[in-house]
Amino acid sequence: MDLTTEDREIVSGKHGEGAALAMRILVGIGEAFDARRLVSITRAHVALSNQEGDLWFAEKLAGLGAKCCVPPTVNPGYNASYFGPIGLTTPDDDAVMQRTFRAYQTLGAILNFSCTPYLFDNIPRFGEIVAYSESSNTPYVNSVWGARSNREAAQSALCAAVVGKVPEYGLLLAENRRATVKVVVEADLADDFDYQLLGWATPKKIAHQIPMFVGVPPTVSPEALMNLGAQLNTAGAVPMYHIVGVTPEAPTEEAALHGKQPEQVVRITRRDLEEQLESISQPAGPIDFVLFGCPHFTIRQVQEIADIVKGKQVKTEMWILTSSYTLEMARRMGLWDVIEQAGGHIVDSTCIDQPCWRHLAGKTGATDSPKCAYYTRRRDMRLIVRSLHDCVEGALRGAMR
Amino acid sequence: MTPPQRFACHRIAEGVAEGDALVSSDDICFYLVDPKSGKIIEEHHAAQGQSVAGKVLVFPSGKGSSVVQADGLYQLTMQGNAPKAMIVQHPDTVLVSSAIIMGIPLVDRLQADFYRTVNQGDWIRVDADHGTVVVAKKSGQEDSARHAG
Repeated sequence: MDLTTEDREIVSGKHGEGAALAMRILVGIGEAFDARRLVSITRAHVALSNQEGDLWFAEKLAGLGAKCCVPPTVNPGYNASYFGPIGLTTPDDDAVMQRTFRAYQTLGAILNFSCTPYLFDNIPRFGEIVAYSESSNTPYVNSVWGARSNREAAQSALCAAVVGKVPEYGLLLAENRRATVKVVVEADLADDFDYQLLGWATPKKIAHQIPMFVGVPPTVSPEALMNLGAQLNTAGAVPMYHIVGVTPEAPTEEAALHGKQPEQVVRITRRDLEEQLESISQPAGPIDFVLFGCPHFTIRQVQEIADIVKGKQVKTEMWILTSSYTLEMARRMGLWDVIEQAGGHIVDSTCIDQPCWRHLAGKTGATDSPKCAYYTRRRDMRLIVRSLHDCVEGALRGAMR
Repeated sequence: MTPPQRFACHRIAEGVAEGDALVSSDDICFYLVDPKSGKIIEEHHAAQGQSVAGKVLVFPSGKGSSVVQADGLYQLTMQGNAPKAMIVQHPDTVLVSSAIIMGIPLVDRLQADFYRTVNQGDWIRVDADHGTVVVAKKSGQEDSARHAG
């Protein structure tokens, strides 16, 4: 790689040992992908996880004096001031969360603790070169905003935030953003939940390609796009998609395909979506809890829940995870009151994959997110996957159909 | 026994390591590997139930959200159950940065003859620094199934 004088100074430690380590990792990634140079970024999002590997690396960089020259937004761990006092986490758990908090504070991160910053507090412009990690972030900023990010790891995005640069390869180059497979959506996409299933089903048919969807209505909601990207990038490793007539690099099929023919054409039918639902969902039956917010719920999703539960009582635990911003909106709009009175809980700055859910191990619940069902297997939680509406109805009934 | 065969490869994460091959036709998410046993716990996975501990993993690509590969590999490393080396077809940034940070040799760009040759349980030596992979058959294994699952 051609490094500038400044790049070489960073590698040599002139700007501190933390920046030097971050730079050496970025150069290693660049060499792996035959990048020719490093280019500056203006935004980043780090998928903080509050788990051992994440904490180990963040503390290592912070301990070496690293500071982010491009302050990144960060993912949620869990809200220790909420879960600690009600006894759902232990003092040991809270100490780890506190260490994570301190490490990212020391690194100079923006402590938003949300996995959907692309919806309100970290929105890149078209063509902006950025480093976004986290499964729903990378597809959203590439596909919906037309910014340019590779599918960064939490650690590579943090290194990029420290140095302010990324190696130039992959989706940073225009020619690699071309759709290579045409996905004809024959299923009628009725609601946001269908996009979860579309996102979960597509990678099984198109491994390692950039899909161009045709047949998606132009009225597709931000929540549907959030769901689509999160599932595409979890079920497979799909950091970018095009929707003809919807996303900015796909005004036409020809534009998305860069004037070439697709290497492959696949069809997604209603039957494909149903088969995928069956493969990821536990069988219907009684439930102990409902878990929403993977990715973090928007105010519209919170509103939809409040409309269903208003004046009623849920029979199971019902958790809605969201950003601090949306929580504040929910309070102002009276939705928080409606949901708490119905027996549900809205919590901010918290992820589904955290020790605060230990009490749900061995239990069966419901969620609208295949990604949530997939990752919580490691915590021995069994999830029935259904639409938001059906999950809320299930919470009121104590069972899923 | 056939003599060991040598193949060229491209270095991603530096280092030299050797071990028995675990060949997976499915992508691997290290978060869905049990750190205590090294076994793949992902349901419907081609290599479900097999242990990655001490193996040279041969698989198409990493998968999973951008934080879990590093967390998964970190925990496997702390438990002494990390793979010795990894050989992939489609490197992705998440797997690449995790391998570099955790110091696990990772290579790609093996030609098709490597994939025709390698079988489950073969002994493999990966020398990322010199860009070579050596495969030795275990006696009686030439006809065994190529891929898990």
